[in-house]
Parts: sequence; C-alpha cells; structure tokens
Amino acid sequence: MPAVSKGDGMRGLAVFISDIRNCKSKEAEVKRINKELANIRSKFKGDKALDGYSKKKYVCKLLFIFLLGHDIDFGHMEAVNLLSSNKYTEKQIGYLFISVLVNSNSDLIRLINNAIKNDLASRNPTFMNLALHCIANVGSREMAEAFASEIPRILVAGDSMDSVKQSAALCLLRLNRTSPDLVPMEEWTARVVHLLNDQHLGVVTAATSLIITLAQKSPDDFKTSVSLAVTRLSRIVTSASIDLQDYTYYFVAAPWLSVKLLRLLQCYPPPEDTALRSRLTECLETILNKAQEPPKSKKVQHSNARNAVLLEAIALIIHHDSEPTLLVRACNQLGQFLQHRETNLRYLALESMCTLASSEFSHEAVKTHIETVISALKTERDVSVRQRAVDLLYAMCDRSNARQIVAEMLGYLETADYSIREEIVLKVAILAEKYAVDYTWYVDTILNLIRIAGDHVSEEVWYRVIQIVINRDDVQGYAAKTVFEALQAPACHENLVKVGGYILGEFGNLIAGDPRSSPLVQFNLLHSKFHLCSVPTRALLLSAYIKFINLFPEVKATIQDVLRSDSQLRNADVELQQRAVEYLRLSCIASADILATVLEEMPPFPERESSILAKLKKKKGSGKLPENVNGNAELHAEEPAAANKASPPPPTEVLALNPTPPAAAHSLLVDVFSDLSAPTAVAEDHLSRFVCKNNGVLYESQLLQVGLKSEYRQNLGRIYVFYGNKTSSSFLSFSSWVSSSDVLKTQLNVHAKAVEPVIEGGAQVQQVLNIECVTDFSDVPVLNVQFRYAGTLQNIEVKLPVMLNKFFQPTEMTSQDFFQRWKQLGAPQQEVQKIFKAQHPMETDAAKAKLLGFGVALLEGVDPNPANFVGAGIIHSKSAQVGCLLRLEPNTHAQMYRLTLRTSRDSVSQRLCQLLSEQF
Amino acid sequence: MRFLLLFSRQGKLRLQKWFTPITEREKKKIIRDMTTLVLARQPRSCNFLQWKDLKIIYKRYASLYFCLAVENQENELLALEVIHRYVELLDKYFGNVCELDIIFNFEKAYFILDEFLMGGEIQETSKQMVNRCIEASDMLQEVRSTHIKSNNGLKSEF
Repeated sequence: MPAVSKGDGMRGLAVFISDIRNCKSKEAEVKRINKELANIRSKFKGDKALDGYSKKKYVCKLLFIFLLGHDIDFGHMEAVNLLSSNKYTEKQIGYLFISVLVNSNSDLIRLINNAIKNDLASRNPTFMNLALHCIANVGSREMAEAFASEIPRILVAGDSMDSVKQSAALCLLRLNRTSPDLVPMEEWTARVVHLLNDQHLGVVTAATSLIITLAQKSPDDFKTSVSLAVTRLSRIVTSASIDLQDYTYYFVAAPWLSVKLLRLLQCYPPPEDTALRSRLTECLETILNKAQEPPKSKKVQHSNARNAVLLEAIALIIHHDSEPTLLVRACNQLGQFLQHRETNLRYLALESMCTLASSEFSHEAVKTHIETVISALKTERDVSVRQRAVDLLYAMCDRSNARQIVAEMLGYLETADYSIREEIVLKVAILAEKYAVDYTWYVDTILNLIRIAGDHVSEEVWYRVIQIVINRDDVQGYAAKTVFEALQAPACHENLVKVGGYILGEFGNLIAGDPRSSPLVQFNLLHSKFHLCSVPTRALLLSAYIKFINLFPEVKATIQDVLRSDSQLRNADVELQQRAVEYLRLSCIASADILATVLEEMPPFPERESSILAKLKKKKGSGKLPENVNGNAELHAEEPAAANKASPPPPTEVLALNPTPPAAAHSLLVDVFSDLSAPTAVAEDHLSRFVCKNNGVLYESQLLQVGLKSEYRQNLGRIYVFYGNKTSSSFLSFSSWVSSSDVLKTQLNVHAKAVEPVIEGGAQVQQVLNIECVTDFSDVPVLNVQFRYAGTLQNIEVKLPVMLNKFFQPTEMTSQDFFQRWKQLGAPQQEVQKIFKAQHPMETDAAKAKLLGFGVALLEGVDPNPANFVGAGIIHSKSAQVGCLLRLEPNTHAQMYRLTLRTSRDSVSQRLCQLLSEQF
Repeated sequence: MRFLLLFSRQGKLRLQKWFTPITEREKKKIIRDMTTLVLARQPRSCNFLQWKDLKIIYKRYASLYFCLAVENQENELLALEVIHRYVELLDKYFGNVCELDIIFNFEKAYFILDEFLMGGEIQETSKQMVNRCIEASDMLQEVRSTHIKSNNGLKSEF
C-alpha cells in the first residue's frame, strides 16, 4: 500500500522537517528554527489575510517546533481561528495545537470554549468528537464549568452516535478526575449504569472506565452496576471467540472490557446475592480453567491478553479474599508463573503473590514457594524482577521462616544493586526485630547489616539496635562481646564504631573480666578508630570515654591524658572541644559517687512502634506525580527532606549523660525516637497515650496529620483539632464530625464547629470541639474525617481521646481526711481493685507524672510505705460530682502493681481503674 | 494511564502524550528520566519497571521505544498490548510504518492516538473501528502525497 498517499501532506512542513533533520549541529538547528519563526511571525502579522491552508501549515510548523522542545509564544490566536474553520483538516490541526499547547490561558479559553460549544451543537459526530477530545485533553476548570452539565446529556442521549458516546463517557471521566465538584452525576447515575447493557462493546468499554472512577468515589450510588458487570463478564468468558468479531484480540474475547469489568468488581465486596455470587465464581473458574488450555496462537499478544485477564481475575479473587478454593487455585497458578520462561510473567507472579501473602487463607500456600523465590533472587538477570522477589520474601516472612529469609536477604545484599540496598537494609532490620525470638540473633543480624552495607544503614537502624539492647538486659553482655569482636576488624564502618562506642560505653563492664577485653584493651580499640571518624562519631566516642571513667577507674588516667591532649582541648570543632573540656573537668572534680550518678547506665526506652517501619513506609510513598498543574512539584520534592531534617536528632545527643527517667517524656533524650515513630497508621494504643496527656498527634498518614490540643475545666472541655494537609494538592469536600454511640450521646455532649471544605496543599486548619460531660461514661466518641484527594474519597475514623478522667479536679487533703473518706467509701461495689503486671519500667518519677497527668492530686506522706502512691480528685459532670480516692502499690520485685480505687459510684470506679491500669 | 512517550534509541523524543496536566518543567524532567531509565535496560529484561508510584511499561519496536506510564492498580500486560495495538494502527495507516513516518507525519500519529485513547483510557479497542474513523476523516481531506520512505518497518519487535 503506498504510504501517505492519503490525507493532506503539507509540502512546506515536510521540507521544514527535512531541513531540521539535515542540520549538523544544535546551533544550526536553532538558527533554522529562528529563521522559520521569524518567517511565520511576519506571515501572521502581514496585511494579507492568510488562507486556511497556510494558516494550518504554519500552526503545524509551530507545533513541530514546540514538540522539539522550543518555546512558542505566539500563534495561539491563529490556532483558535482554525477551530471555527469549516474544513475538517484545519479544525483538526487547530484542536491539536490547543490540546498540546494551551493550559489555562484565560482570555483564550473563552474563545476556545465558544468554538467547542459550536462543534458540540453541530450534530456532526466527527466535529463533536474533536471537541470532546479537546475538553478531555485540556481538562481545565473553566472547561469543566462550561461543559460539565452538557456532556452527560450527550452521553445518554438516544440519538448520539456510538463513537460520540464513547468520547463523552471518557471526557466525563476526565473532568470528574480533575474537577469532581463540578460534575454532578446524581440525576444520570441510573442511565450511566445502564450503558453496561449497550449493544456496542466499544461503548460498554468506555462506560465501564467511567463507572469505575465514579464507583470508587461513591460506591453506594453505583451498586447496581455489580450485577450488570457479572452478567456481561459471564457472557464474554463463555462466548466463542468469533462472536465478538473485532473485539476479539488475538483469539481472546474482549480482553480490555473483561479486565475493566473485573476492575469494577474490585470496587465492591463479593455479591451477597447467592445466585449472582455463584455466577461470578463460575466466571472466575472458567478464566482459571482457560489458563490450562493449550494456547490458540503462538503469538505473544495472545498469551499476554489471556494472562492479563487471568491476572486481573486473580486480583479480584485476592480482593474478595473469601473463597479459599479460588485463593488456592490462584496461588497455584501464580506458582506456575513463577517458573515461566517469560520474564514478564515471573515479574507479575512475584508482584501478585505479595498481595496474596497477606491473606490468611493463602499465606501458607504462598510460603511453599519460598525456594523458588529465593532462587529468583539469586538467578534473575533483571534487577526489577529481583526487587519484586525481595518484596515477596518480605511479605511471606513469618516466625517460621524468618531466619532463612533474613539470611538470604543478607546474602543478596552483598551483591545487590545500589539503588535498592537501603530498602533491603530496612526490610532486614524490620524482619530481624519483628521475628527475633532470641535477641542475640537480632544483634548479629544488625551488625552483619552494618558490615555488609554500612553506607546504606540509616540512623534509624542503628538507633534501634541500641534501643533494643538497652531495654533487654539478657542481650547486653552478648552485644558488648559481639561489637568488641567486630571492632577488631582492621577496617570497619563508621556506623559500627558508633554502635560499638555506645554499647561498650554502657555495657563494656560486662566483658571486662576477660583479660582479652580488659578495660584498657577496650579503650585502645575504640580510640584506634577515633581519628578516622567524622565529628559526630568522635563526639559520641568522647562520651563513651567519660562513661569508661565511671565504669573502670583503672583507665581514668589514660583517658584523662587523651582528653587533655591539644587535639581534643583545642579542637577546632566547638562541640568536640566543649565535650573534652567538660568531661575532663568532670572527671577531675567529681567524687566517685557523683560520677556514678551522672554517668549511670541509660534507663530503658519506652516501647514504641519501630521507627524503621515508619521510614520504610515513608520511602514507599515518596515521589508522587502531582495531579494538577498548580500542585507545585518542588513541594513534593522537599517533603521528605524537610521531614528528615525535623526528625533525626543530632547524633551527638544520642548518648546523653544524665540518665533521664522516661517519666519526663518531653525530654530530648526520650524524644530521640518518638519523633521518628510518629505512627503512620492509626496506632492501636493511641487512645491510651492520651489518657495522661492532652496534646499530641492523634493520627498520621501520608496525606493527613491530625493533632490535638485540649483543655478541661470542671465538666466542660474544649479540643482544638488541627488537620494538616501533608500533600501539595488540595483536599476537597473536607468535612469532619464526631459520632457517639446512642448511650454515649446521653452522657456526653460534643459540639463540633464546621470547618472549611477545602484544605490547600501544605495548609493546616483548626476545628474547635466543645464538650460537656453530662454524667459519667465509658464509651469513646469517634472523630470522622472525610475528604477527596486526587479524586478518591478518603474516610478516616479515629477514636477521640475524651475519657472520664479528663473531668478530674485534683483535691489536696490531709492524711487524716484521706483515711476517713477511704473508710466511708468502704461498700464492696465502691471499691475496684486490679493487680497487673508492669508494662513499662517501674520508675517512681514516671509513675508520679502519669498520676498527675491522670488528673488526681498526689498526696505525700499519707501512705506509711513511701513507695506507694495515693491520690485524690473529683470527677465533675453536669449531673453529679464524684469524689475519687486511689492507691497504687508497686512491687518492683515481682514487676507488678496493685491499683485500688474507691469512689461513690461503682461505674466511675470501674472505668477509672480500667483507664489507669493500662498506663503502667 | 498518565503518559505515553515514543523515543528513538538515541533518546530523541518522537511523540509525547500527557493524560494529566503537568508543567513543562516537570515534563522535561520525566522525559529525561524515562529515556535514561529505559535505554539503560538490558535486552531481554522484563518490560515493566517501578518508577516512583507509577508502573512503567515499555517495549521496543525496531528503532523506537514506546513507553507508557500507568497507575499502580492497572494491568501491565494489557498496557503492553495497548502499545502493540497502537503500533498496529500506525502500521495499518502508514503501511509498514517506520520512524520516519512518525517524524514527518507527527500530526497523524497524534490523531490516530486520539482515536484510540482518550483521557488516559482506552476509547476504542476495535482496530476496524479506529481505522474506519481515521479513513472517514481522511476522506474529508484533500489528497496529496509527499515524501519517500525507507523500508525497515517498526513491526520487527524486540
């Protein structure tokens, strides 16, 4: 067939393109382009009116120049003129130019909209399609405003041509993604769903795309599409391939439509109607069966299309997660693909299995493929496939196979591509911690990580190992011995020096009995690394030295000599110099007792969510493409950087000198880790965190942060809720309200002030909640947050920390009064007692801080045993005031507490006991 | 779908289609990232890549790379066939299409793409239908003929 004999060649354009192609250098090209631009400009400015053909040719040249990557600042007007031409080719070029070059230049948009309006009204399907394409391509708000009400009408009109319906459906989809608020679908819903029954498969395909988008936003409105989709799908999978004529693609019946229908069904749970459900199961079984049939063609297109449908069906099976037989079949099918000769299929099988691994029905079945996945890690030539294998190993890991998987990942790390090393390091660190039965294994694993990929071990990882060693005394001696041995290596990574310095500084005494690791040997070993390290590490080592002075008086003189040397005392770095001076002075003047107090062993860290997990989540989420033009790209780029700046503390501060009890939860030391571990998902125990405090971050995801500040006086409270948009695009239709159970509604009044429906990217808005306690209560109200982000509706529910103890007023009283009242409240139902195991280290100051935060006054000198705590307070509610007395008896030997509460109302006693006992 | 790029083995961009509004600066950055990423791939690697939160599906036809970015939940294999169907459409129109056809008739390549995809979704999967639309619009045009073309068609897949 002779090429390009059709259509209209534009000779001038072809010549120009040839010229450009013949240019020998970039300069020559620019010169030729400038010449052409000057020519076109003069033609456009000339007195002689240009005919349509010339205008089209010049506009087309400008387009070509633009697509080469040069700026074009004129010609827009001529392009707009072409839109109203009667000649199709001129109109077409005009629309192409507008689609490619116009974003939202407001004075032009009005003219363009005018031309579009005329074409939409023309009833000429070709013109209507051009106009609809232009709207979909530009998709600006102005266009949405102008046409959002018109397009649904075209879509469902009985006399619209099929091709116009298809364009209208997709055009609507596009507008719905960019300006959902402007596209009201309510009155069209039923008719749009009905398009799934259309005769024309092209129309059904386009309509399904539209319905998927709409159903993701308001699933309830489009629920009726489920049965239609199942029917349609079943007709396709059972059809003979010729039935669908040109919609059969390489012997596969309508693959695009099938996949879209399967996607639509993934917006919903499995159908409740049993007949419908079994019909769907039949469809899925048919698809799985077809995979076992011999291929109808050797072409890769055939197998691709067939497997595309198969994998989408598997995705639906995994999404429903309800039919164990189907899940197991899906898993077996993916298992076959794991060993397929097509790299693409191996990649996809690894990817799908990751989601399958999280289903309880199929987790065990996935685990049976572990050897295949490990060999993929070792033998795949393609890094993207290996990356997927790492992801799958991570997903299938549990206590039974953790050691094997961690060992394999560590092995792979030695040769892994640099681009994915950091992620593997994080994954290994998380798995090692999560599944450690024996913490010596954990310590070995982390030290191995540092040895193999020290550069990729982030601060979070080595902070975490220190945190764990400090909290578990069973592993401290082993850790000291192991780091000591690791430090013997002639070249070791600076991260190892940090961990080594810290651990020996704390627990070096545990191995000092062995002459091979005597205090002096330990010190010399550490100091031999000193000069090769960066300033923060040196600072950390200096702190380790002063700790040595306390642990081992016999090396005091040696260390003092080191501190006294000019390279320390006169170090150019202020931090190092200051540490050297202060530590030297401290070691000279302080008595052994004072030294021992100041340099006491670090107290345990409070238990928290692993900060590494937060980091991995953050890593996964970074680098989103901005959804709209206004969404500033830089904002996105800066986000992780800013977060990094804020979160990790300066490394020099990790080894703080005074053992600060964890009670002072605001101190720098303890917060070292808490900033990092801001829960990325709703933390299970977040409520209990707020029992004894009123402010903090209630919820945090990649999109949104919700913070609280609350004040209470008597039976009234006010909570300021802060909603921070962490993204660079706006949250639309934002609303938030508080819901309570029916019982709670009668006990607690919550009034929420309305908030603005839009939160700009990066902005924060505040909502005020007024609260009144009517009578004592034990339920918890729920804060509901809803908004649209990037087209999808986000729903968040968080328990709002309003508990009975918030309405406490502390009461001071004498010992005599206390005991008198205590006796008065002696009725059996008034007293509630609970004996429980300590969840946190049993520190006096910590307990005091918690009781004060709980709201009672602490009464000193009341209890004959000074280790016990007693407190008193009054709970204020609108209906009554309830006096409360409490006593907390710690038993450090057994690591237990006994908590006794006496109040005049049994429901109050019970609730308060429950709340408080979870705090220790 | 987010965008479709066609570029040559030398990294020269031949066609760009963006399905969501993106600033020019951002476009340039993405084009640079895509060309370096895809051109650096070993032959016979798989056709999929993870790039930020998008899936990149690419395939080489003769001297041209077709590179399609889709959202995470989309079907990779079918995206690969979107590319193939587009090549088929170009082939049908130009007759044994080659890179030069796309350079000299870039506007036609855009028109054909517009008949096939719209707003980042498949508009018409039937080859006959798309061709009928394009032929119909060609009937509306003055017939002329221009340059001579070489023979090494795109259809030779890699």
